[in-house]
Amino acid sequence: MGAKNHMRLDFPALPENEAFARVAISGFMLPLNPTMEELADVKTAVSEAVTNAVVHGYGGEGGEVRLLAAYSEEGVLEVKVIDRGRGIEDVAQAMQPFFTTAPGDDRSGMGFTVMESFMDDVQVHSAPGQGTVVHMSKALSLREAALPRRA
Amino acid sequence: MLCYEKNRNTLIVTLSGELDQREASGIRSELDALLEDAQIRRLVFDLSRLRFMDSSGIGLIIGRYKRMRRRNGSVAVRGVSERMGRILDMAGLFQLVERLA
Repeated sequence: MGAKNHMRLDFPALPENEAFARVAISGFMLPLNPTMEELADVKTAVSEAVTNAVVHGYGGEGGEVRLLAAYSEEGVLEVKVIDRGRGIEDVAQAMQPFFTTAPGDDRSGMGFTVMESFMDDVQVHSAPGQGTVVHMSKALSLREAALPRRA
Repeated sequence: MLCYEKNRNTLIVTLSGELDQREASGIRSELDALLEDAQIRRLVFDLSRLRFMDSSGIGLIIGRYKRMRRRNGSVAVRGVSERMGRILDMAGLFQLVERLA
């Protein structure tokens, strides 16, 4: 990708780390001088992906979540949320709006739909027992003053 | 966080802070305890003080909508930002729940 900057964060699959992941990705993308809108789009998508890892990947049975992020000179942000949890049998089905494995639990089944509408691209790689990788990208508008070049 | 106000048959619930999955499960138990009061016929969510909401908000509101419908009650939301409106609309929530200004 020709990353200008990148980061990696590993944390246990705890519900309180949903908020932590949002703060972490916000801080990481700040040098790109994102609009409030772009910042909120990315935070929301990351929140959905991390929640999926915590709730569905591991189902409250421990485990680690990895958040990877990178951006290029051109201002394309890429984010991966990776778990080593139970994985998804049918990814296409899981990505359908309203699909949920836990309907009685107030799960809306809209997580992937939200990710897809707030990011430019969302790819999901998963297999039962193999965990899940959610790979998302978004081209930011790169307003003036973002990424100042060295003199 | 949740603050509430009861006015005869109406329960007005003001949510603040960041509504994610973790926060939603806490709010859900508090709210379900409040809804034990069978007098309540109308539930109004005030979202104007929320700084963040993801799809957990959809689940929380639809879950309470189902509960209110069982007692022939209704649910409304107010103080919905443009972004929250977009998320709630993805799930067609405003076909079930009234959107107040």
